[in-house]
Amino acid sequence: MINKTPEMESPICPLPRKHTDKIVQGHGSGGKMMEDLIKDIFYPPLANEALLAGDDAGVVEITSGRRLAVSTDAHVVSPLFFPGGDIGKLSVCGTVNDVAMVGAKPLYLSASFILEEGLDICLLEKVVLSMKDAAEEAGVKIICGDTKVVAHGEADGLYISTTGVGELDPGLNISGNQAKPGDQVIVSGKLGDHGIAVLEARGDLGFETKLVSDIAPLNHLISAMLSVSDQIHVLRDPTRGGAASALNEIAKQSQVGIFLEEALIPVRPAVAAACEMLGFDPLYIANEGKLIAIVGQKDAPKVLEKMRQTKYGEDAVLIGQVEDSPPGRLLLKTGLGSTRIVDLLAGEMLPRIC
Amino acid sequence: MKYLSEYRDAELVHGLIAKIKDITTQHWTLMEICGGQTHSIIKNGLDQLLPEQIELVHGPGCPVCVTPLELIDKALAIASKPDVIFTSYGDMLRVPGSQADLFSVRAQGGDVRVVYSPLDAVKLAQENPDKEVVFFAIGFETTAPANVMSVLQAEQLGIDNFSILVSHVRVPQAIEAILCSPHNRVQGFLAAGHVCAVMGFWEYIPLAEKYGIPMTITGFEPLDIVQGILTTVEALESGTNQVNNAYIRAVTEKGNQSAQAVINKVFEECDRKWRGIGLIPGSGWRLRPEYSKYDAEKRFQVETIQAEESPLCISGLVLQGLIKPDQCEAFGTLCTPENPLGATMVSDEGACAAYYRYRVQEPDSRETGS
Repeated sequence: MINKTPEMESPICPLPRKHTDKIVQGHGSGGKMMEDLIKDIFYPPLANEALLAGDDAGVVEITSGRRLAVSTDAHVVSPLFFPGGDIGKLSVCGTVNDVAMVGAKPLYLSASFILEEGLDICLLEKVVLSMKDAAEEAGVKIICGDTKVVAHGEADGLYISTTGVGELDPGLNISGNQAKPGDQVIVSGKLGDHGIAVLEARGDLGFETKLVSDIAPLNHLISAMLSVSDQIHVLRDPTRGGAASALNEIAKQSQVGIFLEEALIPVRPAVAAACEMLGFDPLYIANEGKLIAIVGQKDAPKVLEKMRQTKYGEDAVLIGQVEDSPPGRLLLKTGLGSTRIVDLLAGEMLPRIC
Repeated sequence: MKYLSEYRDAELVHGLIAKIKDITTQHWTLMEICGGQTHSIIKNGLDQLLPEQIELVHGPGCPVCVTPLELIDKALAIASKPDVIFTSYGDMLRVPGSQADLFSVRAQGGDVRVVYSPLDAVKLAQENPDKEVVFFAIGFETTAPANVMSVLQAEQLGIDNFSILVSHVRVPQAIEAILCSPHNRVQGFLAAGHVCAVMGFWEYIPLAEKYGIPMTITGFEPLDIVQGILTTVEALESGTNQVNNAYIRAVTEKGNQSAQAVINKVFEECDRKWRGIGLIPGSGWRLRPEYSKYDAEKRFQVETIQAEESPLCISGLVLQGLIKPDQCEAFGTLCTPENPLGATMVSDEGACAAYYRYRVQEPDSRETGS
């Protein structure tokens, strides 16, 4: 048996490819490459306290005691319409949810449209009506907007960027850095529906799942949770990069270890089957109507009970807990009793060859 | 999930592990051939459950890892050409060639697309008659039937703008190369179930006899793998060196004969370079001369591209099962999935990537998760 690493003059292998010179798809994946891009390119010149908090929304105090939460999100999705939603609904819910994830009450949205020359106006109309419905359900108003048209071929039909503003109750401090040992990890429903539904709508699956995206505004669910507990420490919507990426971020921000129980993670059979066939892990698949809550141990049962009484939280379950070590790590106890790391993805999630 | 959860049943797995513990009297080194098995072992932490005397070493059965550097350089050269749609299985996009990877080619305007099947590439060729569509046909015996079917389908449909860049490799020849090595320490093999689903296991019987070593055809789910290990350890403990089939729900001795027939119709045996290992005689497949019009190397005149690996890269030692990924100095520090220094860290099925994702990451956290 070789007990010693073979000697190397220096640990040089021939093939480093770090993609620091050009943007590649992986930079937008919600994984490690995106984290590095934000840390290396955006943070240093733009740094301020609200930005560096690294939460879904930036929180600022405007006058003494009055705090605003602001979040922004650019939406590019192909196809524009898919089972359960469309780019319009996505652009409203995504930003409403990001504002709500710091505990704020979302109030107003702005919307910018980048339209490709040749886009059907009736399609745009449908998207805008869908935005109206979503805004009504969330109880927010879209109060300003902008429209730009680019030449044919310079965009994929339609991109929408929305910014949301919400007001934050005094005393609330919900942030990725607030997870504490002993806290319980709750997820509001089954994971991975959105990502697989969109893959299917794109025609990439080659089989039918009948899955519907879970897109939904979660601000009312969060209000309900806050009405029964002041021990909600972290809220995060596990969108791109999935639950694994969201929980990794929280573990890093709070410098705690987060342990999940594989057997408790709720996934529909159709999502599990699609992931098996493609070599994906449901923990990395995008959701658009789910949240992860990290809640003080004592309050967890009543928060869970309250969530289950709401429309978008009826399948809420406990999936794990927070421990003091290893700091910054997400770990999974497998169904077989072993433990493994669940890391950030490096870049894009790629289907395996066999 | 039906037909899957049964093979992940914790009680059954622990029952077989207990049996392995009962019968093991000495240290045995087993190699699982296939990267899919390595992934499953590490993901499920099966090696944490096994008795210490059973050591698993990870074999060369990751097609992405062993695809030679020059083939990747050829792929990059073709994908960079205007009017080419270059299609590939997803995990090939990240594998670095000498200067770039397919992601970089895409970032610079190349039309590189992920397909789930080579037949999707044929469809793309049909839909884009003004483009040349190329499929990167890599893999072991498992992907060969679909890859040759794409050629036969293109021929049948009279599609002339389709070709494949072939880098097929074969398992039995790789096993023999490992067994011939003076450094070999593998005492039993878990053969790759899905390769055998296509090829059967008749080729392994003379190998097991010649080298006096037991082999077990093994599946990919936790229960399959533990069953494969138990069967191999039983054979080792009783001194019977034969081929056993522990994946009977998918594999027969003769395999899928119609698949073998189409492979033989389109492909012929050739020598093949393996990344990190070197040239293994007779270990590859290439297009037969009568199908050479579908050969992307010829069509795009990239046959002469040569590339040399640095002799310092040690992923070859990992691929031959001589060291474990975390015994490499660069592992987890200089070499990570987003900055891979060797092919075994690049692919999801590579042993280094599996260790990195599920196990140790930095030298100071190596106890994490055990």
